[in-house]
Amino acid sequence: MKLDEFFVTGDPLIYGADVSIALTLIGAIFALTYFKKWKWLWTEWLTTVDHKKLGIMYIIAAVLMLFRGGVDAMLMRAQLTVPDAGFLDANHYNEIFTTHGTIMIIFMAMPFLIGLINVVVPLQIGARDVAYPFLNAVSFWTFFMGAMLFNISFVIGGSPSAGWTSYVPLAGLELSPGVGQNYYLLGLQIAGIGTLLTGINFLVTILKMRVPSMKLMQMPIFTWSSLITMVIIIFAFPVLTVALALMTFDRLFGSHFFTMMDGGMPMLWANLFWIWGHPEVYIVILPAFGMFSEIISTFARKTLFGYKAMVYSMVVIAGLSFLVWVHHFFTMGAGGAVNSFFSITTMLIAVPTGVKIFNWLFTLYKGRIRFTTAMLWSLAFIPNFVIGGVTGVMLAMAAADYQYHNTYFLVAHFHYVLISGTVYACFAGLHFWYPKMFNHRLNERLGKWTFWIFVAGFNLCFFPMYFLGLAGMPRRVYTYGIGDGWMSLNVLATMGGVLMGIGFLILVYNIYYSFRYSPRETTGDPWDGRTLEWSTPAPVPHYNFAHLPEVKGHDAFWIMKEEIKQGKKPEKKPYKPIHMPSYSGVPVVMSVFFFIAGFGMVFSWNWMSILGLIGVLATMVIRSFDYDKGFYVSVEEIEEHEKTT
Amino acid sequence: MEAVEHSPNTPLEYQTETGRLNILGFWIFLGAEIALFSTLFATYLVLVGRTADGPGPAELFEISGVLIETFLLLTSSFTCGLAIHYMRNHSLKGVFLWIGITLALGLGFLGFEIYEFVHYIHEGAALTTSAYWSAFFVLVGTHGAHVTLGIGWIILILIQLKQRGLTPDTSRKVFISSLYWHFLDVVWIFIFTAVYLYGMVM
Repeated sequence: MKLDEFFVTGDPLIYGADVSIALTLIGAIFALTYFKKWKWLWTEWLTTVDHKKLGIMYIIAAVLMLFRGGVDAMLMRAQLTVPDAGFLDANHYNEIFTTHGTIMIIFMAMPFLIGLINVVVPLQIGARDVAYPFLNAVSFWTFFMGAMLFNISFVIGGSPSAGWTSYVPLAGLELSPGVGQNYYLLGLQIAGIGTLLTGINFLVTILKMRVPSMKLMQMPIFTWSSLITMVIIIFAFPVLTVALALMTFDRLFGSHFFTMMDGGMPMLWANLFWIWGHPEVYIVILPAFGMFSEIISTFARKTLFGYKAMVYSMVVIAGLSFLVWVHHFFTMGAGGAVNSFFSITTMLIAVPTGVKIFNWLFTLYKGRIRFTTAMLWSLAFIPNFVIGGVTGVMLAMAAADYQYHNTYFLVAHFHYVLISGTVYACFAGLHFWYPKMFNHRLNERLGKWTFWIFVAGFNLCFFPMYFLGLAGMPRRVYTYGIGDGWMSLNVLATMGGVLMGIGFLILVYNIYYSFRYSPRETTGDPWDGRTLEWSTPAPVPHYNFAHLPEVKGHDAFWIMKEEIKQGKKPEKKPYKPIHMPSYSGVPVVMSVFFFIAGFGMVFSWNWMSILGLIGVLATMVIRSFDYDKGFYVSVEEIEEHEKTT
Repeated sequence: MEAVEHSPNTPLEYQTETGRLNILGFWIFLGAEIALFSTLFATYLVLVGRTADGPGPAELFEISGVLIETFLLLTSSFTCGLAIHYMRNHSLKGVFLWIGITLALGLGFLGFEIYEFVHYIHEGAALTTSAYWSAFFVLVGTHGAHVTLGIGWIILILIQLKQRGLTPDTSRKVFISSLYWHFLDVVWIFIFTAVYLYGMVM
């Protein structure tokens, strides 16, 4: 392979990216060396098994990916603003919408939510860590290396261009002969390992690591949403694993699962992909629902209305999520009976979702509402998500779907649910739990600027797309003619996109500004919170709880505070040594070997993939022979920590 | 985390918090494995009959080899259970003996399976022949890869048993690997039925 085939050449945008990647790397290496931070990076972060630190790393990676996916989006908007634009050619445009979709779902939405789950859930259930801290680090690092493998595709070898759904035969060897599609397959496969492990880890954590006094039906609703999400992950992700593996076999080893020849069945890919893909959208929406529930309850200063209905509706949504996948391809001709079945199951999902919407509204009813930034995001979510949901029911009608299918109507629908659901939740959750992670709040004034600009931009960007879709504009086209009459709405959409970009930049500035100027937390309870995570001091000690808290009902921390108000003195109990797991460098090294193996397979360099896999196995053997039992935090150290708070 | 009260009858592997957590986690992992194999079975059943110009399963499958494989693997599940029985009786020697037999039977199974695969390829039925054979080799091969990995894993555990004897940690590992081994046996029963028996009457 020649060097100019290895590196992507010929496009000034790519050269710009090359330069910025090189500069960023050099800058990071220089800064770490100059400030003598290498050891700190290794001992404090790369080897950590602390769920709070892993959560922070997840969120940082997710924000970076949000930037990358956002740049992709801006490039698409730039190309589509006016008819017959020549900014991007067809193939480049295909690559960009493919990476935009894949990155936003797999490498932005999921890690952002999993990051917040990592930080918050153990604190909410009174646990000192997750069930498998080592595995948690493996989860993060495999996700991270999978994401990096996918991301380097645009400068080395070329990006995938068959859409994030990668339908065959387009994604097959004949129509996608380059290495781009291999990046997609291997990047997602490696990251998927981490997601499955997270699913098992947090399921066991929530079931078994709760403080003994917390009953299942006393768990905070965000913990419930995480529990249900983990169950979906455990049953959905193996399907993706298999689907990706089969396509990898087709492309690398000449099998015939999805080929047009020799008995292959292209529709099988679409089915397998969406049997994972539809539950996947609930994996990214249920934790969002959980966060909104916590935030609305906190800032309405009321217990969540209809707690049990909230739990059961999530269980029903999780069950239905596995029974609706065919609605993604009603037009592929499965027949009236099949389409009707999936049409009805899809519409049924609106029932439990509607229950949740009304529960949020009733929680707000007669609440003493505080309009913090986190609350604003949650309030904007309700009407925006309803718009997305109602148009979803329109799409669910199989006969009508023949009209909407593959148009901007669909694009508008899923951005309305994913952005106003998941992205609003990420921003809301970030503002809400930021003080737990970084010991200071994000600036509320800047936060509200971000909120208003982003929400206005979002609606301006995507609402016109419903009408573009009804006017017949197909999705995934790189340009259109002046005679199509789609320009004015496209101009509006681009203006909205720019506003969203500005909102994001203000958020990034806010992170810097708050780091410099926000007052540090002293109480650990900045919002007058209701659940156990707010009972931890600021900063949260690495062992989380010096004493395990006592849970007496819903909103356990609220009950404690009420008792103290009524004059109950917290009793002083002596501290006991706390057992904690040791940090380990094995997860990050193992994941680097996964990266090497994946990179080798992308280019069919067998020596490299074998080397990488040997490395993976070797690190597993090292782990198997490791009998490290962790360590005990001494009573003196606990006293030292607790004195400062 | 380690010192939790337990009755004198509690098996070694359940005596520690880590032991209980890891065993539960592994059961859940097996749940994910069920989803994985279900997907492979569904793929296989969808692609049954799509043999293109290549041979079909009825022409190639031979009952004798498959029966020997089945006999070896099912027996190994039984001997694996005996190993756990000896572990509960704190007999390290018994554990070594019966796990050794389990591994030998597993290796025998693998040998026959590899021979079977090579035979099919000689007869013109390979991964690249048709969708049907792609599905066959990937489904049965994934099971075989699991057995291979299991043998390597259990050998590592035997080394640790040699070094440390029966402790809550080592017996936890033996117990979890036995769950894995029994699971592979269950999967094989489905392969035997859905692939071989069904393939021969097609």
